[in-house]
Amino acid sequence: MSALLEVSGVTVSFDGFRAINNLTFTIGAAELRAIIGPNGAGKSTFMDIVTGKTRPDSGSVLFGDRSQSLLKLTEAQIARVGIGRKFQRPTVFEDQTVAENLTLALKAARSPWRVLAWKAKAADQARIAELAAEVGLSDHLARKAGELSHGQKQWLEIAMLLAQEPRLLLVDEPAAGMTPAERDRTTDMLVDIAKTRAVVVVEHDMEFVRRLNCKVTVLHEGAVLAEGSLDHVTRNKDVIDVYLGRGE
Amino acid sequence: MTDTRKSPSLFVFLAVLLGFTLLMTLLSEGYGSGHLSTSFIKTLGKTLCLCLAALAMDLIWGYAGILSLGHMAFFAIGGYMIGMWLMYARTREIVEAALSQGGLPATPQELEQGIASQIFGVVGASDLPAIWGFAYSFPLQMALVVLVPGLLALVFGWLAFRSRVTGVYLSILTQAMTLALALYLFQNDSGLRGNNGLSGLQNLPGLTDVGQDKLSMWFFWASALALGLAYLLMTWIVSGKFGSVIRAIRDDEARVRFLGYSVEGYKLFVFTLTAVIIALAGALYYPQAGIINPAELAPTASIYLAVWVAIGGRGRLYGAVIGAAVVSLLSSWFTGGRAPSIPLGFGTLDWVNWWQVLLGLTFVLVTLFAPKGLGGLFDTLAGLRSPNRRGAPLGPDQGALQEREALK
Amino acid sequence: MRMPLRLLAVLFCCLWTGLAQAQIAQEILQSNSALVEKASRTSIGPVIDALAASGDPSAAVILGAWAEKGLGLRKSDGRFVLIAAQGDAYALRDLQGNDLGSAPRSDITELRPNAGVRGLIATALVQFNLSDPDRAKRAAALDSIATDPAEAGLAPLRASIPAETDPVLLAQKQRLERLLTLRFDPDSAARVAAIESFGADLGLDLRGALNPLLATRRVALAAGEAPQGNIAQRLIPGKTIAEAEAYALLQDAGLAPARLTLEAQRAALLANVENGAVGGIPVAELNTQAARDRAYTALETAGNVPVATTEDEVATALAQHQFLEIYQEADPAVTTAAKAALSAISQQVGLMQTADLALDGLSLASIYFLAAIGLAITFGVMGVINMAHGEFITIGAYTGFVVQQWVPNYTASIVVALPLAFAVTFALGVAMERLVIRHLYKRPLETLLATFGISIALQQILKNVFGTQARPLTSPAWLDGAWVLNDVVSISYIRIAIFGLALLFLGFFLWLMKRTRLGLEVRAVTQNPTMAASMGINPDRINMLTFGIGSGIAGIAGVAIGLFAKVTSELGTDYIVQSFMTVVVGGVGNIWGALAGATMIGGLQKAIEWLNPSNTLAAQTYMILFIILFIQVRPRGIIALKGRAAGD
Repeated sequence: MSALLEVSGVTVSFDGFRAINNLTFTIGAAELRAIIGPNGAGKSTFMDIVTGKTRPDSGSVLFGDRSQSLLKLTEAQIARVGIGRKFQRPTVFEDQTVAENLTLALKAARSPWRVLAWKAKAADQARIAELAAEVGLSDHLARKAGELSHGQKQWLEIAMLLAQEPRLLLVDEPAAGMTPAERDRTTDMLVDIAKTRAVVVVEHDMEFVRRLNCKVTVLHEGAVLAEGSLDHVTRNKDVIDVYLGRGE
Repeated sequence: MTDTRKSPSLFVFLAVLLGFTLLMTLLSEGYGSGHLSTSFIKTLGKTLCLCLAALAMDLIWGYAGILSLGHMAFFAIGGYMIGMWLMYARTREIVEAALSQGGLPATPQELEQGIASQIFGVVGASDLPAIWGFAYSFPLQMALVVLVPGLLALVFGWLAFRSRVTGVYLSILTQAMTLALALYLFQNDSGLRGNNGLSGLQNLPGLTDVGQDKLSMWFFWASALALGLAYLLMTWIVSGKFGSVIRAIRDDEARVRFLGYSVEGYKLFVFTLTAVIIALAGALYYPQAGIINPAELAPTASIYLAVWVAIGGRGRLYGAVIGAAVVSLLSSWFTGGRAPSIPLGFGTLDWVNWWQVLLGLTFVLVTLFAPKGLGGLFDTLAGLRSPNRRGAPLGPDQGALQEREALK
Repeated sequence: MRMPLRLLAVLFCCLWTGLAQAQIAQEILQSNSALVEKASRTSIGPVIDALAASGDPSAAVILGAWAEKGLGLRKSDGRFVLIAAQGDAYALRDLQGNDLGSAPRSDITELRPNAGVRGLIATALVQFNLSDPDRAKRAAALDSIATDPAEAGLAPLRASIPAETDPVLLAQKQRLERLLTLRFDPDSAARVAAIESFGADLGLDLRGALNPLLATRRVALAAGEAPQGNIAQRLIPGKTIAEAEAYALLQDAGLAPARLTLEAQRAALLANVENGAVGGIPVAELNTQAARDRAYTALETAGNVPVATTEDEVATALAQHQFLEIYQEADPAVTTAAKAALSAISQQVGLMQTADLALDGLSLASIYFLAAIGLAITFGVMGVINMAHGEFITIGAYTGFVVQQWVPNYTASIVVALPLAFAVTFALGVAMERLVIRHLYKRPLETLLATFGISIALQQILKNVFGTQARPLTSPAWLDGAWVLNDVVSISYIRIAIFGLALLFLGFFLWLMKRTRLGLEVRAVTQNPTMAASMGINPDRINMLTFGIGSGIAGIAGVAIGLFAKVTSELGTDYIVQSFMTVVVGGVGNIWGALAGATMIGGLQKAIEWLNPSNTLAAQTYMILFIILFIQVRPRGIIALKGRAAGD
């Protein structure tokens, strides 16, 4: 399995506190991966590094077939090479319609001049309709995103990520604040999406992770503690120590 | 995605502008019945230029969420650039006439010397500074009207956006920019006549026998045309995907970045574009005003621009135009001494002295109670209502619209 | 015309010093009696000088009496006598002071020298006063020599030194003696020694004495000619001397003919217009310089106009001559020593100027800090942009002005004004927070615009109430004047007071934020209002108080600023942008940041002004440009909050 994302020896510290400590791991081209870990394990920081929000002190982050380094790229450039990120809180543009939100995300030229000259073609309209159908928002295309329910916003955001056609999707706690029914639907969507691209899910909720049924990476103090199936890692002694020993 | 929703307002706006222009023409001294004085036509023409500036301000602040408090600097630079040509060409005519009295036709050196001492005698210099190098040529100097503010905006914007200065910090920085420019121009050796500024701009070279009553109408038409064209351009920009992107940047720029858009690039684009439009507005304004000096670059001028947009209602193109027109016309009415004083028991309320107080307080009230501004009234009339989201702002960023401001 | 003869007589008399010294003064007067009687400033000088130089002890008495209308001419024998009015008669004494009885007024012509003559007499008297028993007279005489140093002062000054008893005057005399020696002593070695004795003394008087020694003049000579005099340097046309200036030197020395100016050419052409053409060229074609030159050359060939120097000839003339800068002072040893001394002094002065500049920068920094410290609280800590902050400063200054209308004692009025200004602006701040700002938290751009509305309203109200002209806010007398370290370094007391006030505020701020319950609550509210509220802190109350304190400090700053700036309704506007810059450059949310920002902005502005002293406007321009660039390097200011806290 060729690696899509290769993180090796990454270290980053804030005011002497090592948020990520010599982190190394890889993700394949069409893989679903869950990352779990206690608070402060470095999950968010890891996503920040991959998406370019935080610059590591040392180490390398390589992406794609040509092993392009992500460390020199801006957030926007990283998004353009094919990495999508979904935030914990649903972040859609509430002042704009669902259709406009999807149009924004649609894979197309991103430079101001090209965007200025952009006109929706039939294929684009069809793609938007298709994406909306996929996340069950077909009836809401003309509505303002701000009027949607919490779960609908999450799905709109997922649809926007799909519209970007990323090769790697980073998803931060997608199940937070969802009703059980919405949660089930989200799981199905993620599993479905992971058939064509790599998806990394950061999650607290073990039940949710179990339903994803995928390889799990446990982070602790900014480094990989264990990796494998959920059953495998939950039997790992270190993991048990970290999770159960935390309260002491 | 052309937004059909915007089209009616575009049509209405253009129709109103056209009707207004025709009406004023029919009432003018130069081409009509003479009910309106030339100075009033000039005031109206200048107001149209201010509306144009407000339109650009709305694009950058109302749509892109960047509260620039320095855009009137570009307005003044546009004025200075056109003013250099006007002043040079007019002075050249005068000097030529004067020299030909002397018996010998003037040599180029004599001519230049004469022009230079005529223009710069007032600051005690007699050489034409290098920045006047293109002033002899109308097309070159017109190019500078666009290029100088454009380049300045490009360089300043690049520096500011590159280091991700946002929100009030950017506002303060832009304010500093215009202050720096104003202070620079106040010097006598800035090459632009220090605090004397450029004057006599109302006279067009070669058109001495055309009266001000006709000239004022020409500028009025030009201003109206510019405003109409700019409105078209703006409507096209904001109703398309580009508009969608900049509104998204206003509400949540981090998210836009993760969608793959270069937020800095868009901001720079909008910053520069609006700077150029405002510079053109200035180039139309100052020939009607007749004089320009560095006080025009004072930071408060730019804040007033934001005030107009806010009072008119930001995020709506017609709002910006209404705000600029209403506030600046009221302002000239009140400060021109034409508003009747109100006798109070203990004295009279003289509007010349108290108008600014009224304006300031009105502005506070608008900010507090009517964030949609005057444009909001139109929305109410048109029956538009926003969804009720219990007052949450629409985005995490400082420039994001509040829910109360958003259009349905 | 008879003057020289009379002078010869005077000088002749002087030769008799041993023989008839007591009589010399009398002789001088008698032999010049006509001149003395009708003394005028232009002609009497030699007589007075002769009297002063006579060595006759009575000369001082005579000169003093003359100036005070105590000298008369006895009509009967034409002798000069000392007179004193005594009723309607004069008491007479001869010039040696022996009593001569009295005479009626009609017998005596009282001499009434005019102001010009009295001035000459006073100058001559200085040398006598140098040894006068009255200390005040000696000091005055010293001053008069120091303000107008002349060769004549040197000898009497030297003579007066051994007898001087007052140590202060002795020191002054010795210093003045050296200053005069280095300029006027005939002995070259003595002058050099005097120059060297000063070392790198910073006194303006020393520089005043040295500079004339290095005065130069420029001369033009033929290339081969040997130069005369003490050469300062050779001048190279086009490099160390402008070619036009060099040519003007040649022209002045009669070594070259006048140059043809454009005006002269124009006039010559106009004078030779024939049938609409000059030198065969039609007038209409004379619209280029080349055409005019051709026409002039044609006239030259025809002999109608004088041959004028062309550019080529100018160059040749310059090449054939040498240009020199020559010291007025002939003695090379002296000029060399003076040059060395001046360069040592200028080094020292440079050092001192740096110190002075640092003081200036520091005082400007304190002003910015004072203006910005209120903002450091409202903007830095609370994140509220208050554009009306400048008006609060103005209101503080006007409060001071109003208090001074009621309290005439300046010291007392300032003492009253400071807390009162705080109270007024505190109340205004609280009102503004409650009415406006409270509803706009988290909306900084709207806050900015709303407070701008308040700012223009307040400014106009102030203008309506106090008028547009500047109102005086007078500082107490003990704040006038300056602390003078030497001729270069000085700082006015008021600036020291402002520096002290700034330090006081810094201390107050630190105490308030770090040591009081209020400070603790403020920090809690600004970091996490929800959490603070759940701990029983009322965030609304805290925000209101904090904003009030920030505004109140602006009021106090206003009183301080009003003491040295013009109090107008636009006072605050001049400081508002700089104040925001101070806070932004320093780093938001940190008082040390405001301090660092103020120090940097104040120091840099002074430094830039020093590089280009004529232009404070340019200094401010470059300062702001620098800040814009600085933000590139440190977007979060000099003292930035680090780590994750800074993230949002």
